[in-house]
Amino acid sequence: MSADRDWIELVGRIRDHRDQEAFRALFTHFAPRVKAFLIKSGARPDTAEECAQDVMATLWHKAHLFDPTRASVATWVFTIARNRRIDLLRKERRPEPEDLPWGPEPELNPAEALGLQQESAQLAAALSALPEKQRHLIEKAYFGELSHSEIAAETGLPLGTIKSRIRLALDRLRHAMK
Amino acid sequence: MTAMTKITHHLTDALLMGYAAGALPEAFNLVIAAHVSLCDECRARLGSFEALGGAVLEDADAEAALADDSFAATLARIAARPAEAPGPAPKPGLFPTPLQDYVGGDLAAVKWRGFGTGVRQAILPTSSAATVRLLCIPGGVAVPDHGHRGLELTLVLQGAFRDEDGRFGPGDVEVAGEEMEHTPVAEAGEDCICLAATDAPLRFKSLLPRLAQPFLRI
Repeated sequence: MSADRDWIELVGRIRDHRDQEAFRALFTHFAPRVKAFLIKSGARPDTAEECAQDVMATLWHKAHLFDPTRASVATWVFTIARNRRIDLLRKERRPEPEDLPWGPEPELNPAEALGLQQESAQLAAALSALPEKQRHLIEKAYFGELSHSEIAAETGLPLGTIKSRIRLALDRLRHAMK
Repeated sequence: MTAMTKITHHLTDALLMGYAAGALPEAFNLVIAAHVSLCDECRARLGSFEALGGAVLEDADAEAALADDSFAATLARIAARPAEAPGPAPKPGLFPTPLQDYVGGDLAAVKWRGFGTGVRQAILPTSSAATVRLLCIPGGVAVPDHGHRGLELTLVLQGAFRDEDGRFGPGDVEVAGEEMEHTPVAEAGEDCICLAATDAPLRFKSLLPRLAQPFLRI
Protein backbone atom coordinates (compact mmCIF):
# COMPACT_ATOMS: atom_id res chain seq x y z
CA MET A 1 0.00 0.00 0.00
CA SER A 2 2.88 2.32 0.76
CA ALA A 3 3.91 1.77 -2.82
CA ASP A 4 0.84 3.51 -4.10
CA ARG A 5 2.58 6.73 -4.97
CA ASP A 6 4.94 4.67 -7.08
CA TRP A 7 2.02 3.06 -8.87
CA ILE A 8 0.85 6.52 -9.89
CA GLU A 9 4.25 7.34 -11.29
CA LEU A 10 4.31 4.06 -13.22
CA VAL A 11 0.92 4.77 -14.78
CA GLY A 12 2.28 8.20 -15.75
CA ARG A 13 5.27 6.57 -17.45
CA ILE A 14 2.95 4.37 -19.49
CA ARG A 15 0.88 7.39 -20.42
CA ASP A 16 3.82 9.58 -21.37
CA HIS A 17 6.43 7.13 -22.65
CA ARG A 18 4.64 3.82 -23.34
CA ASP A 19 7.15 2.46 -20.85
CA GLN A 20 7.11 -1.36 -20.88
CA GLU A 21 9.19 -1.74 -17.72
CA ALA A 22 6.73 0.42 -15.81
CA PHE A 23 3.98 -1.74 -17.23
CA ARG A 24 5.76 -4.91 -16.17
CA ALA A 25 5.94 -3.69 -12.55
CA LEU A 26 2.22 -2.88 -12.52
CA PHE A 27 1.44 -6.17 -14.24
CA THR A 28 3.45 -8.20 -11.73
CA HIS A 29 1.52 -6.65 -8.87
CA PHE A 30 -1.98 -6.35 -10.23
CA ALA A 31 -2.51 -9.10 -12.81
CA PRO A 32 -2.48 -11.97 -10.24
CA ARG A 33 -4.88 -10.01 -8.06
CA VAL A 34 -7.23 -9.32 -10.93
CA LYS A 35 -7.15 -12.98 -11.90
CA ALA A 36 -7.92 -14.03 -8.32
CA PHE A 37 -10.70 -11.46 -8.14
CA LEU A 38 -12.29 -12.84 -11.31
CA ILE A 39 -12.00 -16.45 -10.13
CA LYS A 40 -13.58 -15.60 -6.80
CA SER A 41 -16.32 -13.82 -8.72
CA GLY A 42 -17.17 -17.06 -10.50
CA ALA A 43 -15.01 -17.05 -13.66
CA ARG A 44 -13.24 -20.24 -14.73
CA PRO A 45 -9.45 -20.05 -14.33
CA ASP A 46 -8.70 -20.01 -18.08
CA THR A 47 -11.31 -17.32 -18.66
CA ALA A 48 -9.99 -15.36 -15.69
CA GLU A 49 -6.48 -15.52 -17.17
CA GLU A 50 -7.64 -14.08 -20.48
CA CYS A 51 -9.70 -11.43 -18.78
CA ALA A 52 -6.88 -10.42 -16.46
CA GLN A 53 -4.72 -9.91 -19.56
CA ASP A 54 -7.50 -7.87 -21.09
CA VAL A 55 -7.88 -5.74 -17.95
CA MET A 56 -4.14 -5.03 -17.93
CA ALA A 57 -4.22 -4.15 -21.64
CA THR A 58 -7.05 -1.73 -20.84
CA LEU A 59 -4.88 -0.17 -18.14
CA TRP A 60 -2.21 0.45 -20.78
CA HIS A 61 -4.63 1.95 -23.26
CA LYS A 62 -6.49 4.08 -20.74
CA ALA A 63 -3.48 5.32 -18.77
CA HIS A 64 -4.26 8.86 -19.95
CA LEU A 65 -7.66 8.68 -18.26
CA PHE A 66 -6.35 7.81 -14.81
CA ASP A 67 -6.82 10.67 -12.34
CA PRO A 68 -4.92 10.21 -9.05
CA THR A 69 -6.98 12.92 -7.36
CA ARG A 70 -10.07 10.75 -7.72
CA ALA A 71 -8.90 7.17 -7.24
CA SER A 72 -5.90 5.10 -6.20
CA VAL A 73 -4.41 2.84 -8.86
CA ALA A 74 -5.86 -0.18 -7.02
CA THR A 75 -9.33 1.38 -7.09
CA TRP A 76 -9.00 2.21 -10.77
CA VAL A 77 -7.88 -1.33 -11.62
CA PHE A 78 -10.76 -2.67 -9.53
CA THR A 79 -13.32 -0.66 -11.55
CA ILE A 80 -11.85 -1.92 -14.83
CA ALA A 81 -11.93 -5.52 -13.58
CA ARG A 82 -15.45 -5.13 -12.23
CA ASN A 83 -16.75 -3.81 -15.55
CA ARG A 84 -14.98 -6.60 -17.42
CA ARG A 85 -16.61 -9.11 -15.08
CA ILE A 86 -20.09 -7.70 -15.74
CA ASP A 87 -19.40 -7.86 -19.45
CA LEU A 88 -18.05 -11.40 -19.19
CA LEU A 89 -20.36 -13.14 -16.74
CA ARG A 90 -23.59 -11.28 -17.33
CA LYS A 91 -23.19 -10.04 -20.90
CA GLU A 92 -24.52 -6.68 -19.85
CA ARG A 93 -23.63 -3.12 -20.59
CA ARG A 94 -22.38 -1.14 -17.65
CA PRO A 95 -23.82 2.39 -17.53
CA GLU A 96 -21.28 4.75 -15.95
CA PRO A 97 -21.85 8.28 -14.62
CA GLU A 98 -20.87 11.04 -16.99
CA ASP A 99 -17.50 12.62 -16.38
CA LEU A 100 -17.25 15.71 -14.30
CA PRO A 101 -16.70 18.93 -16.16
CA TRP A 102 -13.17 19.47 -14.94
CA GLY A 103 -12.48 22.19 -17.44
CA PRO A 104 -10.32 22.15 -20.54
CA GLU A 105 -7.08 21.28 -18.79
CA PRO A 106 -7.42 19.23 -15.65
CA GLU A 107 -4.49 20.16 -13.46
CA LEU A 108 -2.82 17.57 -11.37
CA ASN A 109 -2.74 18.65 -7.77
CA PRO A 110 -0.06 16.59 -5.97
CA ALA A 111 -1.42 17.41 -2.50
CA GLU A 112 -4.88 16.23 -3.43
CA ALA A 113 -3.54 13.09 -5.04
CA LEU A 114 -1.46 12.37 -1.95
CA GLY A 115 -4.43 12.95 0.35
CA LEU A 116 -6.53 10.53 -1.61
CA GLN A 117 -3.82 7.89 -1.65
CA GLN A 118 -3.42 8.22 2.11
CA GLU A 119 -7.14 7.87 2.71
CA SER A 120 -7.22 4.82 0.44
CA ALA A 121 -4.36 3.27 2.40
CA GLN A 122 -6.19 3.97 5.67
CA LEU A 123 -9.27 2.35 4.25
CA ALA A 124 -7.33 -0.76 3.27
CA ALA A 125 -5.85 -0.86 6.79
CA ALA A 126 -9.34 -0.50 8.29
CA LEU A 127 -10.55 -3.35 6.11
CA SER A 128 -7.78 -5.70 7.15
CA ALA A 129 -8.31 -4.76 10.82
CA LEU A 130 -11.94 -5.91 10.73
CA PRO A 131 -12.93 -9.19 12.39
CA GLU A 132 -12.58 -11.94 9.83
CA LYS A 133 -16.30 -12.58 9.54
CA GLN A 134 -17.03 -8.98 8.66
CA ARG A 135 -14.13 -8.70 6.27
CA HIS A 136 -15.28 -11.87 4.56
CA LEU A 137 -18.76 -10.42 4.06
CA ILE A 138 -17.37 -7.29 2.43
CA GLU A 139 -15.26 -9.43 0.12
CA LYS A 140 -18.32 -11.47 -0.79
CA ALA A 141 -20.16 -8.28 -1.68
CA TYR A 142 -17.33 -7.18 -3.99
CA PHE A 143 -17.04 -10.60 -5.59
CA GLY A 144 -20.67 -10.09 -6.60
CA GLU A 145 -22.00 -12.78 -4.27
CA LEU A 146 -24.44 -10.61 -2.33
CA SER A 147 -27.66 -9.28 -3.80
CA HIS A 148 -28.89 -5.77 -3.10
CA SER A 149 -31.33 -7.01 -0.46
CA GLU A 150 -28.57 -8.95 1.26
CA ILE A 151 -26.40 -5.84 1.31
CA ALA A 152 -29.37 -3.76 2.48
CA ALA A 153 -30.11 -6.20 5.29
CA GLU A 154 -26.59 -5.41 6.48
CA THR A 155 -26.39 -8.60 8.46
CA GLY A 156 -22.91 -8.30 9.79
CA LEU A 157 -21.82 -5.84 7.10
CA PRO A 158 -19.93 -3.15 9.00
CA LEU A 159 -21.05 -0.31 6.76
CA GLY A 160 -21.04 2.07 9.70
CA THR A 161 -17.48 1.19 10.64
CA ILE A 162 -16.31 1.51 7.09
CA LYS A 163 -18.15 4.75 6.54
CA SER A 164 -16.65 6.37 9.61
CA ARG A 165 -13.23 5.58 8.17
CA ILE A 166 -13.85 6.87 4.71
CA ARG A 167 -14.44 10.49 4.16
CA LEU A 168 -13.07 10.22 0.69
CA ALA A 169 -13.32 12.94 -1.82
CA LEU A 170 -16.44 14.81 -0.72
CA ASP A 171 -14.82 18.07 0.38
CA ARG A 172 -12.24 17.79 -2.33
CA LEU A 173 -14.97 17.31 -4.89
CA ARG A 174 -16.88 20.37 -3.66
CA HIS A 175 -13.68 22.35 -3.85
CA ALA A 176 -13.03 21.21 -7.40
CA MET A 177 -16.58 22.03 -8.51
CA LYS A 178 -16.43 25.63 -7.27
CA MET B 1 -26.76 18.90 -17.12
CA THR B 2 -25.82 19.58 -13.54
CA ALA B 3 -29.09 19.85 -11.67
CA MET B 4 -30.01 23.44 -11.04
CA THR B 5 -31.98 22.65 -7.92
CA LYS B 6 -30.70 21.22 -4.70
CA ILE B 7 -30.96 17.46 -4.53
CA THR B 8 -32.51 16.33 -1.24
CA HIS B 9 -33.30 12.65 -1.87
CA HIS B 10 -30.23 10.47 -2.34
CA LEU B 11 -29.26 6.86 -2.96
CA THR B 12 -28.85 4.48 -0.03
CA ASP B 13 -25.48 3.06 1.01
CA ALA B 14 -26.66 -0.40 0.03
CA LEU B 15 -27.41 0.75 -3.53
CA LEU B 16 -24.12 2.62 -3.88
CA MET B 17 -22.21 -0.35 -2.54
CA GLY B 18 -24.14 -2.74 -4.78
CA TYR B 19 -23.39 -0.52 -7.79
CA ALA B 20 -19.70 -0.23 -6.86
CA ALA B 21 -19.52 -4.00 -6.39
CA GLY B 22 -21.23 -4.64 -9.72
CA ALA B 23 -23.94 -6.67 -7.98
CA LEU B 24 -27.05 -4.93 -9.30
CA PRO B 25 -29.15 -5.56 -12.40
CA GLU B 26 -28.41 -3.34 -15.40
CA ALA B 27 -31.72 -1.45 -15.02
CA PHE B 28 -30.78 -0.24 -11.53
CA ASN B 29 -27.26 0.56 -12.68
CA LEU B 30 -28.70 2.95 -15.24
CA VAL B 31 -30.78 4.88 -12.68
CA ILE B 32 -27.81 5.03 -10.31
CA ALA B 33 -25.39 6.18 -13.03
CA ALA B 34 -27.92 8.86 -14.05
CA HIS B 35 -28.39 10.08 -10.48
CA VAL B 36 -24.64 10.12 -9.76
CA SER B 37 -24.16 12.16 -12.94
CA LEU B 38 -26.34 14.84 -11.33
CA CYS B 39 -25.38 14.49 -7.66
CA ASP B 40 -21.90 15.38 -6.36
CA GLU B 41 -22.62 13.98 -2.94
CA CYS B 42 -23.53 10.52 -4.20
CA ARG B 43 -20.57 10.65 -6.60
CA ALA B 44 -18.25 11.16 -3.64
CA ARG B 45 -19.94 8.41 -1.62
CA LEU B 46 -19.66 6.09 -4.62
CA GLY B 47 -15.96 6.97 -4.76
CA SER B 48 -15.63 5.66 -1.22
CA PHE B 49 -17.34 2.39 -2.04
CA GLU B 50 -15.17 1.93 -5.11
CA ALA B 51 -12.12 2.59 -2.95
CA LEU B 52 -13.31 -0.25 -0.73
CA GLY B 53 -13.36 -2.44 -3.84
CA GLY B 54 -9.79 -1.36 -4.52
CA ALA B 55 -8.83 -2.43 -1.00
CA VAL B 56 -10.47 -5.83 -1.53
CA LEU B 57 -8.57 -6.27 -4.79
CA GLU B 58 -5.33 -5.24 -3.12
CA ASP B 59 -5.68 -7.98 -0.51
CA ALA B 60 -2.42 -9.90 -0.72
CA ASP B 61 -4.04 -13.27 0.10
CA ALA B 62 -6.00 -13.08 -3.09
CA GLU B 63 -3.30 -13.69 -5.67
CA ALA B 64 -3.71 -16.35 -8.33
CA ALA B 65 -0.82 -17.78 -10.35
CA LEU B 66 -0.63 -16.46 -13.88
CA ALA B 67 0.00 -18.46 -17.03
CA ASP B 68 3.70 -18.65 -17.95
CA ASP B 69 3.30 -16.49 -21.02
CA SER B 70 0.87 -14.08 -19.40
CA PHE B 71 2.93 -10.92 -19.72
CA ALA B 72 3.97 -11.58 -23.31
CA ALA B 73 0.37 -12.43 -24.22
CA THR B 74 -0.78 -9.16 -22.70
CA LEU B 75 1.79 -7.19 -24.71
CA ALA B 76 0.51 -8.97 -27.81
CA ARG B 77 -3.03 -7.93 -26.92
CA ILE B 78 -1.90 -4.34 -26.54
CA ALA B 79 -0.20 -4.41 -29.93
CA ALA B 80 -3.24 -5.99 -31.56
CA ARG B 81 -5.72 -3.46 -30.26
CA PRO B 82 -5.44 0.18 -31.19
CA ALA B 83 -5.69 2.71 -28.39
CA GLU B 84 -9.24 3.71 -27.73
CA ALA B 85 -10.34 7.15 -28.65
CA PRO B 86 -11.53 9.17 -25.69
CA GLY B 87 -15.26 8.82 -25.09
CA PRO B 88 -17.54 11.50 -26.44
CA ALA B 89 -17.84 14.63 -24.33
CA PRO B 90 -21.09 14.91 -22.37
CA LYS B 91 -23.82 16.18 -24.64
CA PRO B 92 -25.92 18.95 -23.19
CA GLY B 93 -29.56 18.07 -22.74
CA LEU B 94 -32.16 17.06 -20.21
CA PHE B 95 -30.80 13.53 -19.88
CA PRO B 96 -27.41 12.72 -18.32
CA THR B 97 -25.01 11.00 -20.72
CA PRO B 98 -25.58 7.38 -19.55
CA LEU B 99 -29.30 7.79 -20.15
CA GLN B 100 -28.72 9.39 -23.55
CA ASP B 101 -26.67 6.32 -24.45
CA TYR B 102 -29.66 4.06 -23.78
CA VAL B 103 -32.24 6.32 -25.42
CA GLY B 104 -30.07 7.07 -28.42
CA GLY B 105 -30.43 10.79 -27.83
CA ASP B 106 -32.13 13.26 -25.56
CA LEU B 107 -35.83 13.81 -24.79
CA ALA B 108 -36.77 14.26 -28.45
CA ALA B 109 -35.49 10.77 -29.28
CA VAL B 110 -37.76 8.96 -26.79
CA LYS B 111 -40.32 6.62 -28.37
CA TRP B 112 -43.22 7.16 -26.01
CA ARG B 113 -46.24 4.94 -25.72
CA GLY B 114 -49.44 6.25 -24.18
CA PHE B 115 -51.52 4.66 -21.48
CA GLY B 116 -54.75 6.45 -22.34
CA THR B 117 -54.59 8.55 -19.17
CA GLY B 118 -52.12 11.07 -20.43
CA VAL B 119 -49.30 9.11 -18.85
CA ARG B 120 -46.68 7.89 -21.32
CA GLN B 121 -43.82 5.47 -20.92
CA ALA B 122 -40.87 4.12 -22.85
CA ILE B 123 -39.19 0.91 -21.75
CA LEU B 124 -35.43 0.93 -22.32
CA PRO B 125 -33.55 -2.19 -23.40
CA THR B 126 -31.65 -3.85 -20.55
CA SER B 127 -31.08 -7.36 -19.26
CA SER B 128 -34.24 -8.99 -17.97
CA ALA B 129 -33.34 -9.16 -14.26
CA ALA B 130 -35.05 -5.79 -13.80
CA THR B 131 -36.84 -3.27 -15.98
CA VAL B 132 -36.23 0.43 -16.51
CA ARG B 133 -38.54 2.90 -18.20
CA LEU B 134 -38.98 6.57 -18.78
CA LEU B 135 -42.28 7.96 -17.53
CA CYS B 136 -43.97 11.17 -18.52
CA ILE B 137 -46.76 12.20 -16.16
CA PRO B 138 -48.78 15.33 -16.97
CA GLY B 139 -48.71 18.03 -14.30
CA GLY B 140 -51.41 17.57 -11.67
CA VAL B 141 -52.04 13.91 -12.50
CA ALA B 142 -52.11 11.47 -9.60
CA VAL B 143 -50.63 8.03 -9.86
CA PRO B 144 -53.17 5.62 -8.33
CA ASP B 145 -52.13 4.06 -5.07
CA HIS B 146 -49.66 1.37 -5.77
CA GLY B 147 -47.79 -0.99 -3.58
CA HIS B 148 -44.50 -2.55 -4.55
CA ARG B 149 -43.59 -6.11 -5.05
CA GLY B 150 -39.90 -5.48 -5.37
CA LEU B 151 -37.43 -2.64 -5.25
CA GLU B 152 -38.24 0.49 -7.22
CA LEU B 153 -35.96 3.44 -7.94
CA THR B 154 -37.47 6.59 -9.40
CA LEU B 155 -35.25 9.45 -10.55
CA VAL B 156 -36.88 12.76 -11.44
CA LEU B 157 -35.44 14.42 -14.55
CA GLN B 158 -37.96 17.22 -15.07
CA GLY B 159 -40.90 18.60 -13.09
CA ALA B 160 -41.67 17.13 -9.68
CA PHE B 161 -43.95 14.80 -7.79
CA ARG B 162 -45.06 14.58 -4.20
CA ASP B 163 -45.99 11.64 -2.08
CA GLU B 164 -45.99 10.59 1.56
CA ASP B 165 -42.19 10.87 1.58
CA GLY B 166 -42.08 14.48 0.47
CA ARG B 167 -41.36 16.39 -2.71
CA PHE B 168 -39.14 14.93 -5.42
CA GLY B 169 -37.69 17.42 -7.88
CA PRO B 170 -35.06 17.20 -10.63
CA GLY B 171 -32.16 14.97 -9.58
CA ASP B 172 -34.01 13.50 -6.58
CA VAL B 173 -34.29 9.74 -6.41
CA GLU B 174 -36.92 7.82 -4.48
CA VAL B 175 -36.01 4.36 -3.20
CA ALA B 176 -39.16 2.35 -2.52
CA GLY B 177 -39.24 -1.13 -1.08
CA GLU B 178 -42.00 -3.66 -0.76
CA GLU B 179 -43.34 -2.16 2.41
CA MET B 180 -44.12 1.10 0.69
CA GLU B 181 -47.64 2.19 -0.22
CA HIS B 182 -47.66 5.64 -1.72
CA THR B 183 -49.65 7.96 -3.92
CA PRO B 184 -47.37 10.07 -6.04
CA VAL B 185 -48.91 13.18 -7.61
CA ALA B 186 -47.16 15.13 -10.33
CA GLU B 187 -46.94 18.81 -9.46
CA ALA B 188 -48.99 21.21 -11.52
CA GLY B 189 -47.03 22.76 -14.34
CA GLU B 190 -44.71 21.02 -16.75
CA ASP B 191 -44.83 17.26 -17.30
CA CYS B 192 -43.00 15.23 -14.71
CA ILE B 193 -40.42 13.05 -16.45
CA CYS B 194 -38.89 10.22 -14.43
CA LEU B 195 -36.58 7.29 -14.96
CA ALA B 196 -37.92 4.33 -12.98
CA ALA B 197 -36.45 0.87 -12.46
CA THR B 198 -38.04 -2.10 -10.76
CA ASP B 199 -37.16 -5.74 -10.23
CA ALA B 200 -40.79 -6.79 -9.86
CA PRO B 201 -41.89 -8.93 -12.83
CA LEU B 202 -43.56 -6.97 -15.57
CA ARG B 203 -47.19 -7.94 -15.77
CA PHE B 204 -48.02 -6.67 -19.19
CA LYS B 205 -44.91 -7.31 -21.25
CA SER B 206 -45.71 -7.74 -24.93
CA LEU B 207 -49.42 -7.13 -24.49
CA LEU B 208 -48.63 -3.65 -23.29
CA PRO B 209 -50.02 -1.64 -26.18
CA ARG B 210 -53.41 -3.34 -25.99
CA LEU B 211 -53.81 -3.35 -22.26
CA ALA B 212 -55.12 -0.04 -21.09
CA GLN B 213 -53.76 -0.46 -17.62
CA PRO B 214 -54.91 2.54 -15.57
CA PHE B 215 -51.43 3.12 -14.36
CA LEU B 216 -48.43 0.92 -14.28
CA ARG B 217 -48.20 -1.34 -11.33
CA ILE B 218 -44.56 -0.85 -10.87
